[in-house]
Amino acid sequence: MDSGDIITPLVMGILLGGLYALIALGLSMVFGVMRLINLAHGDLVVLGSYAGYGLMTLLGLDPIVGLLISIPLMFALGFAIQKYLMGRAFAISSEAPLIIAFGISLVIQNANQILWTPLSRALNTSYSNLSFSIGERQFPLTYLLDFMAGIIIMLALREFLTRTYLGRAITAASQDNKAAQLMGINTKRVYGYAFAIAMMSAAVAGVFLGMTFPFTPTSGVSFLTIAFGTVIIGGLGSMLGTFIGGIILGIVQTLGGHFLGSASQMLIVYVIVLVILSVRPQGLFGR
Amino acid sequence: MSDDVLLKISNIDVFHGTFQALWNVSVDIRQGEMLALIGANTSGKTTLLDTVSGLLHPAKGSIEFGGRDIGQLDPYQIVELGITQVPEGRRIFPDMSVQDNLVIGSYSKSARSKKSENIKKVYEHFPKLQERRKQIAKTLSGGEQQMLAIGRGLMADPKLMLIDEMSLGLAPIVIDELFRALKRIKERGITILFVEQNVRRTLQEADRAYILETGRVALSGDAAQLCEEDQVKKAYFGVDVCGG
Repeated sequence: MDSGDIITPLVMGILLGGLYALIALGLSMVFGVMRLINLAHGDLVVLGSYAGYGLMTLLGLDPIVGLLISIPLMFALGFAIQKYLMGRAFAISSEAPLIIAFGISLVIQNANQILWTPLSRALNTSYSNLSFSIGERQFPLTYLLDFMAGIIIMLALREFLTRTYLGRAITAASQDNKAAQLMGINTKRVYGYAFAIAMMSAAVAGVFLGMTFPFTPTSGVSFLTIAFGTVIIGGLGSMLGTFIGGIILGIVQTLGGHFLGSASQMLIVYVIVLVILSVRPQGLFGR
Repeated sequence: MSDDVLLKISNIDVFHGTFQALWNVSVDIRQGEMLALIGANTSGKTTLLDTVSGLLHPAKGSIEFGGRDIGQLDPYQIVELGITQVPEGRRIFPDMSVQDNLVIGSYSKSARSKKSENIKKVYEHFPKLQERRKQIAKTLSGGEQQMLAIGRGLMADPKLMLIDEMSLGLAPIVIDELFRALKRIKERGITILFVEQNVRRTLQEADRAYILETGRVALSGDAAQLCEEDQVKKAYFGVDVCGG
């Protein structure tokens, strides 16, 4: 690969963008519905990675198969967090849930330290080192899986939000809480479901992330940063916008790394985020 | 009072935090009638509707619907029982299509099975909504948005409909159309409690009315009789009242 070849970083960026979108979808959804910036989102994703790691090392489950167990667990945990922590915090003030989220973040980080030690872990599978080729170029298979998972979860969430009663109720509550209540929607419960569904997507994101990059108990912060970048580009609350935001961020990062060196690739991401924030603060696809 | 009372509000006090908005208010709504609440801004009309809808709860007194005390129920339980509110300012879901707004109106369990039947009825009342069913709701005109808000309320398959400031900001010709629609809704057997600031118009349309002043019931009675009350004449009109 000579330095004039931009196809390889471009494809890598697009595939990586699918993973970024996957990480960001839950953050986007919780913000869209509850106007809550969930500072714990990155740690919840990492919790999903550790859930996959635990199931793999203890039960010998393939991480993707392990999702059958971790998704329902994360759903239940999400519902409980909303019902017993966030819901009560919302009743106090609009800032309180932010502090609760920060607290959850610290609790998860430290619990993971105790359970799994601070060592770096990875979800290594039999197919981790496989690659696929487009023309003469080789790409890691896990990147393709990331991208496919991103598309599937994004489409599933979109269909859910626009086609089912519960999904429409979540959308309605996000657009006008009072009117939603007057339509017979139990908004407290709907918020619980929204948070739980965001956690399900975090469980999926965590597993694919762990198959792609190594993770530690404190990785959540950098994943939160990526998720923020993605939703700022795409627009908070829009599933499709979040997906495209992830792709743009992925491409910017890999192309930036290609032309300016890998040391500055995150710098370019931040510059793009700042430019979009100043030019179009609602994001490219935000309302 | 006659025994066909559908909703009986008895001596309620309601607070917004520490501010008392309603003082010992009692209102009876009879089955099948069109009852109006009249009063200036901050007289407590919206507070009363929001209390019936369960968004607020009375600190004292009771609200009975079909013989059951509903004063402490949550909004979704109240909708389930058959009370729906068309809120002030319409509050349609701006980024959803017209049709999706209507579908979400049938969210409560009791209304879901009647969804297609009720959508048909709404389109009969408001043919314009059918023409625009795919359109995003925020792009509708003010009058059409109000039709959508009423239609969405009908989707809950209500026994009692609370309508807040329906004609606010709309052209007279649109207001006429909306009141004609309300008449037809009433003919379907749905009881209507509506709030208006336009006293003259309201007394023409309603069967009975209550007049609220600073959170208290000042007067109540048949709409036609209230027109003749000196107090009403002085407070709300010049001299000639409900003639035109």
